[in-house]
Amino acid sequence: MSAQETIKNAIDTNDVMLFMKGTPVFPQCGFSSTVTQILNYIGVEYNSLNVLEDQDIRQGIKDFSNWPTIPQLYVKGEFVGGCDIVKDMFEQGELREFFEENGIELAAAEE
Amino acid sequence: MTNRQNRIRTALTAELSPDLLEVEDDSHRHAGHAGASPAGETHYSIKVWSKSFEGMNRVKIHRKINEILQPEFDSGLHALSIKIIRPE
Repeated sequence: MSAQETIKNAIDTNDVMLFMKGTPVFPQCGFSSTVTQILNYIGVEYNSLNVLEDQDIRQGIKDFSNWPTIPQLYVKGEFVGGCDIVKDMFEQGELREFFEENGIELAAAEE
Repeated sequence: MTNRQNRIRTALTAELSPDLLEVEDDSHRHAGHAGASPAGETHYSIKVWSKSFEGMNRVKIHRKINEILQPEFDSGLHALSIKIIRPE
């Protein structure tokens, strides 16, 4: 598969897909780390792809999304944004609702 | 003020006539991190509002800003944190 096909396939087959530097367990960039922490906090299941493992994916996702930076979050095939946007949605209290509207199940909120 | 900081400010001011614009050079906070350069000028954060953002969602606003600053990304800008400050 070409990089573009790999990216398209990842987005199409995962309801919540995060392109990041490193892994959720070991993020290798502060911005990627922030997004994984937010997703973990609100209890959404997601898959991730470590762009540092493949230079073609690293550049390819920027071209695919027409977006110059990483991380990048896709939900149900749609580009949501990078760290700033995810963080802003979270801080404005919109993120949980956004996932629910998209039919994504969230772990019960901790009281 | 660094050169890139000036260029970012000038480009955004010219294209957006912003009501609010703050440009910070955060490069020193990322020294040694991948993407950082010993010369600095790699990591910036901006706070911005422009009336031209009315009716645009976050992705559109970010795309607009990224488009204006494409020459900077092409010349070593590694990370740009954008905070959109909507007026109350």
